[in-house]
Amino acid sequence: MTPVNLNGFKDPSTLLALSQAISKEASKLSAALHIMEVCGGHTHTIMHAGLSQLLPPHITLVHGPGCPVCVMPKERIDQAIQLARMKDVLLVTLGDMIRVPGSLGTLGLARAQGANVVAIYSPKELLSIAQQHPEKMVVFFAIGFETTTPMTAALIDAVIKQNISNVRFHINHVLIPPAIDAIMQDPQARIHALLAPSHVSVIQGAQYYQAMPSKYGVPVVIAGFESVDVMESILHIVRQKVSHEAKLENTYARFVTHKGNTKAQALVAQYLHPVDTFRWRGLGLIAKSALGLKEAYAHLDAQKIYASHFDPTPQEDHKLCLCGSILKGMAKPPQCKLFGTLCTPTNPLGSCMVSSEGACHAYFHYQGVL
Amino acid sequence: MSVITLAHGGGGVESLELIESLFFHHFGNALLQAEDAACFTLEGQSAFTTDAFTVNPLFFPGGDIGKLSIAGTVNDLAMMGAKPLYISASFIIEEGLSLENLTRIVQSMARELEVSGAKIVCGDTKIVPKGAADGLFITTSGIGKVMRKNLSARSLPVGDVLILSGPIGRHGASLLLARNALESSLTSDCHSLWSAVHALIEGNLSISALRDATRGGVSAVLNEWARASNVCIEIEKASIPQDDAVAGVCEIFGFDPMELANEGTFVIAVAPMHATFALEILKKFPFTKDAAVIGRITDKQPGKVILYTPQGSSRYIQWPQGELLPRIC
Repeated sequence: MTPVNLNGFKDPSTLLALSQAISKEASKLSAALHIMEVCGGHTHTIMHAGLSQLLPPHITLVHGPGCPVCVMPKERIDQAIQLARMKDVLLVTLGDMIRVPGSLGTLGLARAQGANVVAIYSPKELLSIAQQHPEKMVVFFAIGFETTTPMTAALIDAVIKQNISNVRFHINHVLIPPAIDAIMQDPQARIHALLAPSHVSVIQGAQYYQAMPSKYGVPVVIAGFESVDVMESILHIVRQKVSHEAKLENTYARFVTHKGNTKAQALVAQYLHPVDTFRWRGLGLIAKSALGLKEAYAHLDAQKIYASHFDPTPQEDHKLCLCGSILKGMAKPPQCKLFGTLCTPTNPLGSCMVSSEGACHAYFHYQGVL
Repeated sequence: MSVITLAHGGGGVESLELIESLFFHHFGNALLQAEDAACFTLEGQSAFTTDAFTVNPLFFPGGDIGKLSIAGTVNDLAMMGAKPLYISASFIIEEGLSLENLTRIVQSMARELEVSGAKIVCGDTKIVPKGAADGLFITTSGIGKVMRKNLSARSLPVGDVLILSGPIGRHGASLLLARNALESSLTSDCHSLWSAVHALIEGNLSISALRDATRGGVSAVLNEWARASNVCIEIEKASIPQDDAVAGVCEIFGFDPMELANEGTFVIAVAPMHATFALEILKKFPFTKDAAVIGRITDKQPGKVILYTPQGSSRYIQWPQGELLPRIC
């Protein structure tokens, strides 16, 4: 394997030049600018490279809802644990999910107590697991945004075409636009520009956000995941703000086309469709914001097959948790009474503390360094 | 193909055959006898350590569980300034392991012992039923003669500089490559460090502490040190020796090289006046030739580790948390 050289996209002198250009341009702004980076991958880059420190004080980055494990409500994690505890079930999921607590603990803890949990890197690994365990019903607990959905669709496709009888799916794939909409439609929300996701955009294409600039009256800029990508996109946002524009720009054109990966989109559409509603941890119920298996594939749908084993009662976060307001740019983590006291990365009470991509988690680890 | 069976652990002729033709044959020395314990005399202060080794896969680029089990214990002794002398090795073998693989592993241990001059003086073998172990577990304990006293992470002085002996994360990254059948020229840094440590001791440098950055990587070592001595550790990112292949693996899986395991890379806290001399010594050894000063110990924020990026921002380096799992996106 020849590793891809990404050094140019992390180049310190380029970052400094962009930092200066942003400051110069932003000096023309008359008001504070809150930019929401929608995707957790961007949050990770911003924290890792300390990009907030390279921005003028009146530009604030608001860490958005795009962290797939953070937005999983506790009752769904509980369902995964309940499945894994069944004798004849082997629960398979992607790595990150293992450590996120529901009300019954984490999948990692359940595994230690004897539940059948396997963490995989690529969904395709599930096919060999199913072959090795003909005595088990292998349930794929599918999570993630539009980026990981095509891999699940490809797996469903393989299971059907290869006639594999011992695989079922618990689908928890969520969608970016309805989540953005839930945030932007809140009259209290203080978001003045959107930094649109990298990988989601590779799949869905720039067209996915076409309606947003005029609908919300804010600049929308698609950015790559490297630090130079993020800073360049912020510069584009500031320029739009200075000239009072609100348009869609794509600074990640090296991978994001207008239409995206149409083959992947078609594969997803073949097996999955939007479900009526999905309860997001931190944001609550959002209509048509997640995908489920189409009726024709109900025989593969673990949520239907095992429905009688699940408790459908929503498991709310602590009532003092401010994650909803934090996601909308209305509050900062230290304003939450639970932050750093009852709610910590080792004992997260709300979605923003769950993973390193969450706002509270990032604040907990990085605030006060200067 | 010959495989290890439960009979090899039964204490009968099969056990004897395995011990004599394999273990005694490769580890043979005057102290290793078919007795209940090895007897020897120690002089001066001694260091004693133990470590259990489980690794998947058993063979990886740049090493195997055998080499690891010797280098690991030798390095723990070396980090306390002790010359590795005597080692015990106990094997928990899952029935079905091929004799060929076990032999390769034992030969690899014998070769690694030659690097530091340590000897295996006692051992044990248990065979467990299929499924009760993952191929092979090895536990080694080691005794060494302390050549340099009072190395400790608990009293690091403000002002010391920190040297890292080589590029980070190679062991962890090479295991990830092997587990996921990815090809690369990258190899584990697995290596016995005593010769380089001995040279540092002979150089009579003002060294405060040494630590090999095994599980948890350099992040864990720095955080342990900052906490144990209640000092601040400030690191320059640009000065950390990096390997392009490790960086590439980390891009794929979403890991931080600072949190990946090393098995032959260590951190040195040394007085600033001796830093250049320490680097000169380390550069003479092929496995520490890329050593570099990466930071210093200050009183800025006691207990914290701060990383400065080349673009002028800074952040804390955290204790690695939980299982090392790939990020989803």
